[in-house]
Amino acid sequence: MVTVGDKVGFLARERQVAPPGWNRWLVPPAALAIHLSIGQAYAWSVFKTPLEKSLGITGTQSALPFQLGIVMLGLSAAVLGTTVERRGPRWAMLMSLLAFCSGLLISAAGVWAGQYWVVVVGYGLVGGIGLGIGYISPVSTLIKWFPDRPGMATGIAIMGFGGGALIASPWSTSMLSSFGATTSGIGQAFLVHGIVYAVFMSLGVLLIRLPSPEFTAEKAALLKDKPKGTVSHNVSANNAIKTPQFWLLWVVLCFNVTAGIGILEKAAPMLVDFFKESSTPVAATAATGFVALLSAANMAGRFVWSSTSDIVGRKNIYRLYLGVGALLYLVLLTVGSTSTPLFVIAAMVILSFYGAGFATVPAYLRDLFGTYQVGAIHGRLLTAWSVAGVLGPLIVNAIADAGKKAGHVGPDLYATSFYIMIALLVVGFVANELIRPVDPKFHEPKVADETDSPSPKGDDEATVARWNEAEAADVAETAEKEDAEGVVKK
Amino acid sequence: MSSPRENRSSTLLLVGAWLWVGLPLAYGLYRLFLNAAKLFV
Repeated sequence: MVTVGDKVGFLARERQVAPPGWNRWLVPPAALAIHLSIGQAYAWSVFKTPLEKSLGITGTQSALPFQLGIVMLGLSAAVLGTTVERRGPRWAMLMSLLAFCSGLLISAAGVWAGQYWVVVVGYGLVGGIGLGIGYISPVSTLIKWFPDRPGMATGIAIMGFGGGALIASPWSTSMLSSFGATTSGIGQAFLVHGIVYAVFMSLGVLLIRLPSPEFTAEKAALLKDKPKGTVSHNVSANNAIKTPQFWLLWVVLCFNVTAGIGILEKAAPMLVDFFKESSTPVAATAATGFVALLSAANMAGRFVWSSTSDIVGRKNIYRLYLGVGALLYLVLLTVGSTSTPLFVIAAMVILSFYGAGFATVPAYLRDLFGTYQVGAIHGRLLTAWSVAGVLGPLIVNAIADAGKKAGHVGPDLYATSFYIMIALLVVGFVANELIRPVDPKFHEPKVADETDSPSPKGDDEATVARWNEAEAADVAETAEKEDAEGVVKK
Repeated sequence: MSSPRENRSSTLLLVGAWLWVGLPLAYGLYRLFLNAAKLFV
């Protein structure tokens, strides 16, 4: 069905194509405007205690909006990935803006009305859909604009998701201080968040552009010295999930994320526990500084390692994340408690690999499956994140609780979970080793021809043409079915 | 070829866009490093 905003007007895919001479460095800030905003989700904890006190809810209940939001992120990215690809990044960014900011406004209404379930539905369900669409919205566009540096381009955007919490956390805290941590104050804070984020994200909607046909010539020049810069095949999202490569990468992402959460989940108490018995114990206030350093490493890793992957290759960089990550966990286990700087540095590097795992995966997908539906494939791969988000905290918390019951103290509390993290990283390493180029039977035949001998059309125009053909075939098929079933069309 | 005026507005747009996202990020990083400093005091 053709809808307003799909084929005509500001949101039409054709209107999203850049005019000649459009500077490609305008695309990363557009992506950052979205990712820095939706990254607010990781600062949800700021609202937890005020909500618990003002609405009389438990800690488990106050975590629900965030948890539902992350589940919805994975689900909506997986389900809506192909729609995002078809309708283009501007449509996706606008939908993300509407859903994410509506979620915040609904939450404001829920808090004012004293109805906590409205906050769960608003922030978790509606806002979570905005997170999923927003997360994947700029990915394939960035890869198309930066064929010479896809890892760096997606690294910038996904770094923004990490950076979003850095902005939101102090900002939300100071807002709650001035409005008050009452239902009225929290409601006002949600309202201001919704309005400010809507304005901030609008830059992305206005600025995002698809590469123009003229960019094809420029692209050839960019890739002149980069023989590996082009991918000579494309695989559709539906075919991608039938390949072992997709599922091996799913395992790689899932276990790499789980290993990072292994430290993130218990970072502050972990540092205190490791040095409790030593001559230089760490104070609780210093441990909050450690958490801040880990956030910085997580964010920096997204840009630095993902950019490095453009030089050393995607498979090699994942060897580093998984192999060196496992070794660093071993270092923490064996000599971690002997030196605070060593512990801090090892944990920071592990966290930089955690962030980098997220940031490099779109470029890895592009290498394996081409640019055709890379955003949609990325959306489906993000289900690995949802699983890891449950798996990681579950392992770490369950083992730490069991250790406390058994009377363990200090580093012993974490030994079992560290061994599990090492095992997961080794499995991830093996999965990465097993990744081979995709069997040509999964390739899209038309696109392969286009790439081998560039068509006069630009990449994106060719993609639009393919979407239109697919839509026309769908319409024809439906009409045939309706005719056969005797459906009368009005 | 684009005119000098077009070039200037294109540069302004580029600088403005990066400031739009860069300033809040700089604020976030500043607060982060204030927190991180607690580890060393």
